[in-house]
Amino acid sequence: MHTAPTDVLTDAYPEDEFMADLLRVTGGATDQTLARMMIRASADLPRRMNRFGVRFQPSIRGTLHLGRTNAFFLGGGKALMNSAYAAAERSDVRIVYEADVVGLCIRDGRFESAELKTPHGTEAITARTVVLAAGGFESNLEWLAEIWGDAANNFIVRGTPYNTGTVLRLMLDAGAEPVGDPSQCHAVAIDARAPKFDGGIVTRLDSVPLGIVVNKHGDRFYDEGEDYWPKRYAIWGRLVAQQPDQIAYSIVDSKAIGRFMPSVFPPIVANSIRELASTLGVPAGTLAATIERFNAAVRPGTFDHQTLDDCRTEGLIPNKTHWAQRLDTPPFHAYPLRPGITFTYLGVRVDERARVVLKGGLAENIFAAGEIMAGNILGRGYVAGVGMTIGTVFGEIAGRESRDTAIRQARHG
Amino acid sequence: MADVLTDAMRKAEHEMVVCNACRYCEAYCPVFQAMEERVTFQPADLTYLANLCHNCGECLYACQYAPPHEFNIDVPRTLSRVRVESYETFAWPSFAAIAFRRPWDAILVAFVAGGLTLAPVARAFMARATSQSADFYAVIPHDVMVTLFGVVGLFVVTAIAIGHRRFAGNACDEDPRASHKGSRYRRLGSRQAARDVLTLKHLHATGEDCVDAEEQRRPWRRWLHHCTFYGFALCFASTTAAAIYHVVFGWIAPYAYTSVPVVLGTAGGLGLVVGPAGLLVLDLHRDAALTDASERSLGFAFLTMLLLTSVTGLLLLVLRGGPYMPALLVVHLAIVLALFVTFPYGKFVHGIYRGAALLKFRREESTPNETT
Repeated sequence: MHTAPTDVLTDAYPEDEFMADLLRVTGGATDQTLARMMIRASADLPRRMNRFGVRFQPSIRGTLHLGRTNAFFLGGGKALMNSAYAAAERSDVRIVYEADVVGLCIRDGRFESAELKTPHGTEAITARTVVLAAGGFESNLEWLAEIWGDAANNFIVRGTPYNTGTVLRLMLDAGAEPVGDPSQCHAVAIDARAPKFDGGIVTRLDSVPLGIVVNKHGDRFYDEGEDYWPKRYAIWGRLVAQQPDQIAYSIVDSKAIGRFMPSVFPPIVANSIRELASTLGVPAGTLAATIERFNAAVRPGTFDHQTLDDCRTEGLIPNKTHWAQRLDTPPFHAYPLRPGITFTYLGVRVDERARVVLKGGLAENIFAAGEIMAGNILGRGYVAGVGMTIGTVFGEIAGRESRDTAIRQARHG
Repeated sequence: MADVLTDAMRKAEHEMVVCNACRYCEAYCPVFQAMEERVTFQPADLTYLANLCHNCGECLYACQYAPPHEFNIDVPRTLSRVRVESYETFAWPSFAAIAFRRPWDAILVAFVAGGLTLAPVARAFMARATSQSADFYAVIPHDVMVTLFGVVGLFVVTAIAIGHRRFAGNACDEDPRASHKGSRYRRLGSRQAARDVLTLKHLHATGEDCVDAEEQRRPWRRWLHHCTFYGFALCFASTTAAAIYHVVFGWIAPYAYTSVPVVLGTAGGLGLVVGPAGLLVLDLHRDAALTDASERSLGFAFLTMLLLTSVTGLLLLVLRGGPYMPALLVVHLAIVLALFVTFPYGKFVHGIYRGAALLKFRREESTPNETT
């Protein structure tokens, strides 16, 4: 939140509006005390992060027109991490790379040691306190398969392959109270040709509202023009995941070209629907019939992709409620879509001091920050940038509390 | 002109497509802002973007798609390769482009040719000289110097001007939006571009210094470049002042240590020692992933020649009354000749094309695209 324009944000984003946004997207699946704490702490965040060398983009430009509610990292997430690691190294923090936490020794609700697996063997690290910041389980394909079945094999993981959820599972097994919807993940529809891991932002596709989307049988399955794409792209991950073989195709004609952000993979181009169907491997008869029905159902209107215009279809199941234009001007362009998983919601419950809540009570020396506890605030849904805010605010709290706890313990022997 | 699609251009095109879908680097520098104005990337666009890049390096370390990621994005290095290729493409006469691939050979040839021209002249005139003095013209007569450097200078200016024209005609083709908008935008753009050049604005992305390695931002590269650039400008001013002394006032060299030409030349010479020497040290330690090897070697050759020029020039000033003056003068002048002759075929041209690219950028910026 911020109450007045800053160097990196325009206008104001008041506390209550932020809270209302959060309540709306989560449907109430949020711990309001923690949420309000996070929102208040976010007000001064850019300045506090600046001290660690983190830089933000000036507010004038920026993707998705989110200049009022979102400050963007200069250079993106990796630049952020580089600054954070450099700051840690300046403070003589020892960083062990290529290391997996494979075991946690927790006795009577107290952390005693962690077992590390490195290329040089295993190592046990004892400590007075521990901060768990090991993310969710979105890159753990077996875990995803437990929830989604075979469909999980066709998911693409948008981020790092290292979010295996090992620490999350260790904590749940050790009696941590779970929080957040265990069966859900945030997934968007991305280009099916994206790499299995780490494709990041560039694999997204913005063509959906400008055309139609069909499944592998050549049938439409959802209103492509329901709302502005930035407000809808997050539901399309699940929509595509529910289609056979978790594949779909966004099809536009030449009228749409240049109206959406350039994508990283080239479109599949064809001069006729039949040719397009055969390239995509979709039954040509069905696809032609789908497009014929769609074109016939388009009502006259004034097309404007910047507003919720009056171009819609009538009598279709499902209808397209905005930006509906006939697909009649070759060449036709198609992009294959798959569900791209961003993050999972399941986490461990924490209190206001970021201490992990165990079934038997509070853990005195175990703290959590980031995606592993984001479910406390974001039990489902998504508000742009909220993951970064939770991570940063609770990273600060967990760091401070763990430091104070460690000092107190050292004093008392 | 540069319509041949080389491997580097293919890689640059792939990288720009990825960057254009990401856009997290847009606040770093004009390359990404100019990129966003484009949907496709033709060789001419890539040449323009490559020459707009100051190789500050920020975008490599920020990039999640940098190696080992399979997208293999390294914009600074790829653009540095495209840049060197553009130098070759626009060089005049075209056959001389070979010099960009073998900078040391080109310099050696030019140096030997200069020496072979100057040494016999010096020997002939020295034989007639009656006494040792600090008079350079007793070694190489004024007229010989003026003629030789005049001819070389004219050739160099012509070659650079043709290269610039080819570059402008290709990558920086006159923007139709600018022409009908009249001269106000053009003047505004020119003024801003001149400031960008003279302050090296984009060698410190978004108010910070450029990087030598991950999270290693230092001001030295910019300051040392300033020493080099303004040192060179002072040396040029010194020569001009000396010419005025000679032609207008009829004052004959050598001039006193406190005279305008000597003061300017000494200050410039010191700048040309500190700047190039410092840049050489920096570049030797700079992360090799940031720059293509061909551009690195062009840089080393150019910096070495600048350093040799200033060092021999300053030595000449100190030793001008001594017995080694004639030999030193011949060596110094041969080095200066080699430096001049290779101006159009070495790192020097980066300033010409960078300036042209910055001008194009500022003009594009001050005439907002109304079609989108």
